[in-house]
Parts: sequence; structure tokens; C-alpha cells
Amino acid sequence: MIGEGTHSTNQRRHNYVQEHVEVGFFTDPTVCIGCKACEVACKEWNQVPDDGFVWSGNSYDNTGHLGASTWRHVMFVEQDRQKGGQIVGSHSLGNGEDPFRWIFLSDVCKHCEAAGCLEACPTGAIVRTEVGSVLVQNDVCNGCGYCVVSCPFGVIDRRPKPLPDAGGAFKCTFCYDRQKSGLVPACAKVCPTESIVFGRLDDLRARAAHRVQKLHQHGYDDAQVYDPTETSVRGIHAFFLILGEPEAYGLPPKPQIPTIHLKSAWTAAFATAFAALLATLCAFAFL
Amino acid sequence: MTPATKEPATRNAAAASACGYKSMPNESRLDQLREDAWQKGVVTRRGVDVAGGPIPHRPGYYGQPVVRPPVWTREIPIYFFIGGLGGMSAVIALAAAISHHVDVTRAALWLAAISAVLSPLLLILDLGRPHLFINMLRVFKPQSAMSMGAWILTGFGTCAVPALIALELHTLHVFTGALDEVLRIAAGLFILGSAMFGMLLATYTGVLIGATAIPAWFLHRTLLPIHFGTTGLGSAAALLELLGHRIAPLNAIGFFAAAVETALLVWLTLDRHGAPDRAIHEHASGWFIRIGEIFNGPLAFVLRLFGLIPLAAISFLLGALISRFGWIAVGKVSGGDPESVFAAER
Repeated sequence: MIGEGTHSTNQRRHNYVQEHVEVGFFTDPTVCIGCKACEVACKEWNQVPDDGFVWSGNSYDNTGHLGASTWRHVMFVEQDRQKGGQIVGSHSLGNGEDPFRWIFLSDVCKHCEAAGCLEACPTGAIVRTEVGSVLVQNDVCNGCGYCVVSCPFGVIDRRPKPLPDAGGAFKCTFCYDRQKSGLVPACAKVCPTESIVFGRLDDLRARAAHRVQKLHQHGYDDAQVYDPTETSVRGIHAFFLILGEPEAYGLPPKPQIPTIHLKSAWTAAFATAFAALLATLCAFAFL
Repeated sequence: MTPATKEPATRNAAAASACGYKSMPNESRLDQLREDAWQKGVVTRRGVDVAGGPIPHRPGYYGQPVVRPPVWTREIPIYFFIGGLGGMSAVIALAAAISHHVDVTRAALWLAAISAVLSPLLLILDLGRPHLFINMLRVFKPQSAMSMGAWILTGFGTCAVPALIALELHTLHVFTGALDEVLRIAAGLFILGSAMFGMLLATYTGVLIGATAIPAWFLHRTLLPIHFGTTGLGSAAALLELLGHRIAPLNAIGFFAAAVETALLVWLTLDRHGAPDRAIHEHASGWFIRIGEIFNGPLAFVLRLFGLIPLAAISFLLGALISRFGWIAVGKVSGGDPESVFAAER
């Protein structure tokens, strides 16, 4: 049922870069324990600088959100809802039922099929790799900041001074350096529960569908795959299983690639340009 | 429920036993917890909430932005202003050259050339890595408004500066005979080129911010190029008038630009999308846009109607500058507002 190599692909060497195989991440919060090993592994391997030590008070999350120096981010979602077939005690929290669930989800760059940042980049610094991921070439990026407002997921950001390599745009590289050597991305490698699974995109999609089915059988009625294939983003290579609505995870419900707005905006621009030219020529010709 | 008495311990105990909620910690509550734990093996009521708890509900994921607000600083709105003014100056230079207004052509071309030098400087200053600015010309990407803008600005600079040099050499009669004739023709061609690139330079900036993931921007992607182009044209005419060129065509352009801006103010006021563009209609940043639009729309029009041309010109220039800052400010607010993004998509 599930394709070859879906089990424990996280520890296996591979030749995906050489064979031009599309790969992805499948991140499953129902087995995530919120240990943040992925955040640590990502920071260590990629030598990403710290971005402040701020206590947010938002559950166990002091990372906040993805950014130029945060390429994996474990979310801690607290909801007044039941989790699957969880038994809700009536004795512990007052008289009535008081359902509560705590969900951990490791967020990452989505590596969109149609990527806003890649289309927007005026220097060609952002490219599509052999494995279908979206990569920023740090030595080419001049820090114009246009990718920042073009990402429908708010992932990529410009690194502020005085951090190392300040001024450039940064995001998850999908550990392209590791993948070229046949290694698995650092976050997937260290994930102790395989909540983050790395593998062939088609295998992962099958695996996600199977997992959702299984969760439904176990009473997790609101489990669904978050992979916006029906919008102009045309699907993401790092997709998630989520419980409930995407909004609770700060994920846009219907992300769109900004290039869909180009046609109407350019039409208005050309019309205005010619109207201005015509008006000026008329003003000087007849007055 | 027992009404609160003046005795603190009793009041707290009553409150704690009633709901155990939002009461100050005290000794009797601890005694009660110990008693419960000893007697029943479980604590039966919700304890005292910790300071700051429960975590206040905020939209999305703890109110974190869903898309990222622009990182651009004040160089960008100033560039929008100067680039728009200079680009449309080249259009005025072309029209003036065709109808033999030599003084206006020269003045307008000076503005265009100065803008062609200042604009790239402002853009380079805003880059995170200014020394890599030349990478902008590595690729030609029609699907990236930033790339197209870089090429438009390059084309504008390559035309406007030589146009000015050729025109000045021709007007000052530095050379004679065939060389002067060549200069005349070169000036004409370069003016034509700078007008073509200039009118796109003034309007592409609307596409630049219109084709993004920021709700308040992309919802107004047709208004933005019209607004930026019109304010560019009006600013160019206004500055030329302030430089002493009080001629009927520039006055007419001033009327035209102010009228269009008035219409755009009405359009923006009526074209409300609710939560997705509330940064414009409900937030303070929207006032920058509206104040700017009042200055370069109705106010400039009325002042011009009363013949107060210098005041009208100053009002228009101020409005053009303020509204550019307003649009960037609105983008920062809108991009940081998760509910706007959700509402725009749902």
C-alpha cells in the first residue's frame, strides 16, 4: 500500500539529488512530543545564529515564528477541544467537562510547487533544486527584500544587523548540502518519533493519506492533510497533518502565489502610463 | 454566592470555594487543598490561575503574523516619490519638445536626469547588501515586478542622462554644423526613450507592491498603479511650476492629476473589503493615505481653481509624498495582521 522506503527513510542514505527525485517532508503533530530537537539540529548543522532569548509566555513556545534565523519552529497549540478519543475527566477541572488538548507541530519552509519567493527574486538568487526544493543562494542575494512580501506563508525574511551574514534573505535550505552527499536533512535525522519524515514526495503523500485514515478510525475526526494543491500554490513539498483548522497553526487557509495579481496590476500600470502620455501630449498640443 | 465580607481570609475562602478563579492566593486556600488531597486523594477544584494566565486568545497562532510585513525603510517611499516625479518629467519633456517649449523641455529633462541618478542610489541604500546591487541585472524576469523595475530604471537612466547632455550641448551651441544636427537628433531619440521608460517607472511601483502577499496591497492592485502614475505626473508638473514655468499646459496637467486623485480618494473610500484591508480603513496608517490624497486631490484642485498655483503645487507634492509613506505603513500593518490574511483567503 505504501510505496517503497517509507519506513525509517530518515536514517537511510539516498541518491535523490543525483537521480532528480522529488522529495519532501511530512510533519505529523500527532506523534510530535515537542522536544525541539529539530530546531536545535537545524541551528547547529546550518550554523544559524540565535535570534534573541525572549520568553514569550505562549505555552512552551519561545521561538515565535519562522524567520531569517529560525528555519524549524515547533508550535505549541493549546485548544479547548478533545483530542481524538481522549477521555475528559469531569473531576479534575470543575463540574462540567473541560476538554483540553496540547498539539505540537514543527513548522518549516513549505517548498511550494509554485513558490512566491522564487518568482519574485530579481537576482535569480532563489532557485529550484534537483529534488524540487526552493533554495536561496546566499552569495547571490543582495537583500532587496521582495521575497519577504511575496511568500504567502511568511517564511523567508531578511536577516537584520548585527547577526552574521546580515542583510541577506534566509530560510530553510532543505539541507541541500547534506542531500547532495546522500544524507537526510538534519531535522528529520534527529526527530526521535519520526514526526518529521523525509522521503520521496509520492511516498509521503500516500503515507499522509493513510495516516489521516487511521486517525479518523481512532476518533480524531478533525485530522486532515494541509497541502493546498487546489490553490495557485499548487501544493507544497513540506506538508503537514493538522488537527482542526489551519488558522490555529498560523497557516493560511488558501495561500495564493502573488504572481496571480500581475495581470490586473500591469494592465492598470500600462493604461495609466498611456493615459498620462496622452494627457500630457494633448495639454501641450492644444493649450 | 456568599457576598463578600470585609474579612480578607473569609472573602478569599468564599471566592475560592465558589469558583476557585481569579482570587488571591492565601493560607486558607492552601489548607483546603491539603485537606482535599488528604481526604479524597484528588483536588476537586480548579486552582488559582497563575499570573497572566490563561493565555489570552489571539487570532491565529498567538497573534503571530501569517505573512511577513515589508522590511523596507524610508528610502523606498522616497524612491517611489522621486522615481515617479522623474519618470513623468520625461513624459512632459517629450510633449514640451514636440511643441517647442525649449525651456520646459530643459527643466523637465534636468528633473528626469536628477531622478535617474537619485533613484538607484535610494534603492541601493535600502538593499541589505548594497555592494551586490549589480546582481539585479543578472536575470530578466517578467514575472518579477522588482526585476522589471530594475530594468526599467536602468533603461530610464541610460536615456535620461544622455538626453540631457545632448540637449544641453545642442541648446548651448557648443558644436556647429553636422555634429550639432546629430546632437539634436540624439536628444530627440533619447527624450523619446526616457519618456517611454519614464512612464513605466512611475507606474510599475504600483505593480511592485500590488503583486505581493500583503492583503491591503493586493486588494488594491489596480488602484495603486493609477495612483502612483497620476501622482508622478502631477508632482512633475507641480515642481516645474514651482521652478517658474507657469504655462497653461502644466496648469491643465495639474488640474487633470488633482481630479484623478480626487476620484481615487472616492474610489478608495468606497472600495472597502472589511477585515482584509482594515489597515487602510480602520488603522492610523490609513490616515497617511487619506491625508495625502486630500492634499493632492480635492485641496490641490480647489487651490488651483482659485488661481493659487504655487500653493496647489506644494499641496500636491506634499500629498504625493505623504501617501507614498502611507502605503508602505499600511503594508506593514496589514502584513502583521493575521486576521486580514485569513479573511482575504476565506
